[in-house]
Amino acid sequence: MFYRETGQYRTDYASDQQILNLPQDKWAMALLLAVAFLVVPLLINDYWANAILLPFLIYSMAALGLNILTGYCGQVSLGTGGFMAVGAYAAYKLMTAFPGLDLTIVVLFAGFVTAAVGTVFGLPSLRIKGFYLAVATLAAQFFLVWLFNKVPWFFNYSATGMISAPARTAFGLEVSGPQAPIWAKYLFCLTLVTVFALIAKNITRGRIGRMWMAIRDMDIAAELIGVRPLWSKLSAFAVSSFYVGMAGAMLFAVWLGAVEPTEAFGITVSFNVLFMVIIGGLGSILGSFLGAGFLVLLPILLKSVLVGGLAMTVATAKHVELVLLGSLIILFLIAEPHGLNRLWQITKEKLRLWPFPY
Amino acid sequence: MAALEQPTPQPEVLLAVEDVTLSFGGVQAIKNVSFDIHKGEIRAIIGPNGAGKTSMLNVINGFYHPQQGTIWFKGVERSEMRPYVAASQGVSRTFQNIALFRGMSTLDNIMTGRVTKMNKNIFWQALHLGPARAEEIEHRAKVEEVIDFLEIQHIRRTPVGRLPYGLQKRVELARALAAEPELLLLDEPMAGMNLEEKEDMSRFVLDVNEQFGTTIALIEHDMAVVMDLSTRVVVLDHGELIADGTPDEVSANQKVIDAYLGVAHD
Ligand SMILES: Nc1ncnc2c1ncn2[C@@H]1O[C@H](COP(=O)(O)OP(=O)(O)O)[C@@H](O)[C@H]1O
Ligand SMILES: [Mg+2]
Repeated sequence: MFYRETGQYRTDYASDQQILNLPQDKWAMALLLAVAFLVVPLLINDYWANAILLPFLIYSMAALGLNILTGYCGQVSLGTGGFMAVGAYAAYKLMTAFPGLDLTIVVLFAGFVTAAVGTVFGLPSLRIKGFYLAVATLAAQFFLVWLFNKVPWFFNYSATGMISAPARTAFGLEVSGPQAPIWAKYLFCLTLVTVFALIAKNITRGRIGRMWMAIRDMDIAAELIGVRPLWSKLSAFAVSSFYVGMAGAMLFAVWLGAVEPTEAFGITVSFNVLFMVIIGGLGSILGSFLGAGFLVLLPILLKSVLVGGLAMTVATAKHVELVLLGSLIILFLIAEPHGLNRLWQITKEKLRLWPFPY
Repeated sequence: MAALEQPTPQPEVLLAVEDVTLSFGGVQAIKNVSFDIHKGEIRAIIGPNGAGKTSMLNVINGFYHPQQGTIWFKGVERSEMRPYVAASQGVSRTFQNIALFRGMSTLDNIMTGRVTKMNKNIFWQALHLGPARAEEIEHRAKVEEVIDFLEIQHIRRTPVGRLPYGLQKRVELARALAAEPELLLLDEPMAGMNLEEKEDMSRFVLDVNEQFGTTIALIEHDMAVVMDLSTRVVVLDHGELIADGTPDEVSANQKVIDAYLGVAHD
């Protein structure tokens, strides 16, 4: 009875096209943003930021990117880790070359570089699909990580082969490096993710999003009604890689501070982001967040239950986690391909009818 | 009523197919076929299964490139082109097997039909402001006209995968109409429909032709429908053109009776 659509009429197409056109949805979103921007920074501590909030935000950004490519445009990619590495190294090169540069610019620049690289690696998608495309992107993944390990120019010839983020500011606040206050790091990531989630929503609900989805659902029919496959697929690769590259830059510069490519951007990362997208919901902006949240929280919760509660060893708990994750993926792929987002929509639909289901 | 519309003195040719041959490996799907479509008419293409009808539409909208022959559209000889170019020149179509975008709503499917007419760049799209927003609203209004015309207001928000077959066919027509085509290609729009649905669809096809002046090429098996709707009929059999004329002429043609009407169709 509380969650109602009836009696709230939309009178023109402009208001009908709003993202949230029910007032209760708007209020909920406003409240969520207010808490995230105003309350959380006051309460935040290192553990919450580093174990949960920063990875959640950064992986949400990566999941948004992969969801654009896979969920909206139907092109599978296993190269997410590699593209995040491109973003991280682009950010590193720029941070070290131009110390005075605002980190916002650095992250955006990393996005553009990754978009260019992603577009090049997206070229095979014009010829191949599905499994074969997945293999091609997997090759990109291994090639990129190999490249960043092998070519010393990328890590400024450092002895360890690692890259570490110097202290840099964004809008006058220090947001990278060991001295940066944790709330500033959090706010920096939160702002970027919020803005780019809105942008992703806008792009996917308009002409370009429809072209991507048309290619995803039936590429031949799409072309016959006037969608240009080349342009659509490459733009999906570009936009997707832009997001993934920003995520990589943030992961390196803000969250971890120092990375080694094989570990931070390996194939595991590619699979993890893919799992986030599948579990959260293919073709859904909200789903990208739900999936990222789920995969960030799952290991933490499991660990506290299995190791803390049931006194398992950490290694056993890790195995249980993998088994559980695998089963969940299979379950979602078979039973609910639209993921957590769909479950949320169903809940809302039920809420609309409650307490009279008929 | 076909007889009343037919004898315009000098009909303008919208599309002409000249001596077209199309083969797939060893199979000749179309053999030296020539015919034309007049502006404003409903041109039926009939023939048994496998006669080459769908292939003909695929040639017309640039999906297949014939090994031989020329195609004239709006008086210009068509070079080999990608289908999206044909679409942007004013050819749109529906498919024999429903080819809707199943993951999208009715509204989004039809909006996609206007893709060749929308062009605001990604930066405006990203902000959903200014030109992109104005464009979206302008085209939405156009799409709503089509929705009203085909009487599908009630399923606007429904994901098309959930719609019954007959309505899916109608949404597909809506998507094609949204492009405001000059030439509309309909590949068996009434196949698999019950009588009532067929009547509705026939009415829509006629209305499109009369109200918007859209030229239509229609593939259809039901002879009653063909007789009712079409101005002229092309008959294909085994890739060859065996007759071309008014519905009455064609149905009296012995070759046609042998090849087509004699054969049982379901
Ligand atoms: N893509 C294709 N590859 C090979 N053969 C094809 C292809 N498309 C159509 N054909 C063949 O061309 C002939 C005509 O098919 P089609 O145009 O679909 O006939 P109709 O629509 O009249 O039933 C058939 O023999 C069919 O098997
Ligand atoms: Mg056919």
